[in-house]
Amino acid sequence: MPVNPELQGRVFPPTAPYLVGREKVREFARAVLATSPLNHDPAAASAAGYSDIVAPPTFPVVVQEATLAQLLAEPDAGIDFTRVVHGDQRFTYTRPIVAGDELTATLAVTSIKSLGGHSMVTAESTIVDAGGAHVVTAISTLVVRGDE
Amino acid sequence: MSDLTIGDVIAEKQYHLTRDTLVRYAGASGDFNPIHYRDDIAQSVGLPGVLAHGMLTMGIAVQPVVDWLENRGTVLDYQVRFTRPVLVDPTDGATVTVVAKVGALENGAARIDLTVTFNDETVLGKAQARVSLA
Repeated sequence: MPVNPELQGRVFPPTAPYLVGREKVREFARAVLATSPLNHDPAAASAAGYSDIVAPPTFPVVVQEATLAQLLAEPDAGIDFTRVVHGDQRFTYTRPIVAGDELTATLAVTSIKSLGGHSMVTAESTIVDAGGAHVVTAISTLVVRGDE
Repeated sequence: MSDLTIGDVIAEKQYHLTRDTLVRYAGASGDFNPIHYRDDIAQSVGLPGVLAHGMLTMGIAVQPVVDWLENRGTVLDYQVRFTRPVLVDPTDGATVTVVAKVGALENGAARIDLTVTFNDETVLGKAQARVSLA
């Protein structure tokens, strides 16, 4: 089944708020081999002007996960998970994520393209804080391989 | 920061990944795709063996930039294209090399271009971090 071209432009309901925990940030920082004191030490983060430790640049993937699950679960999407390859990824920040943030992500499918039997799906997750202010947008292009 | 020139290498670093690195990243990120920890499943979908998560490679590759920035700025934008997989041997692991170079300079910001290689081949394409500079 090919990817449904009518997905282009579809906007999904916002995800449930994700509370960024300090230990989760530390766990993620260890996992990406991040050694900056800003990622681990509240005193260092505070001295640099942050309210708590700072999440590494790719941390939004944890929040984005829920939006990609929405996309794959969409009944008419035609996206077979076993055929999905991650093509590219981008994060565009207004400000860094810090522990204590409560984040909500809204997914929009901005583009569907066909390329040599494969489909390229661009999924954009706009992530805002509890006050509704923009924090970061996570953009993924997924390559869905066609039938071989 | 004003003494930066396009082409300057601001950091060069090697990272050694093992299977434990992948399991740790799976737990931290929530990406439990078994191709990142089971050879039999990786091979059943035509891969030579267990691969690192692309997002793990992306997450590690920006660390030399974060370390170089310290408190002077933040990452405003970070993008990569996943061009080749990083195969992680169960015994020997995999070593990934990151070279970070100044690609462009503008008022209060810089674009840092990353060259990320494994076994002398580039694994990320168009890997760029735009950073603010105080």
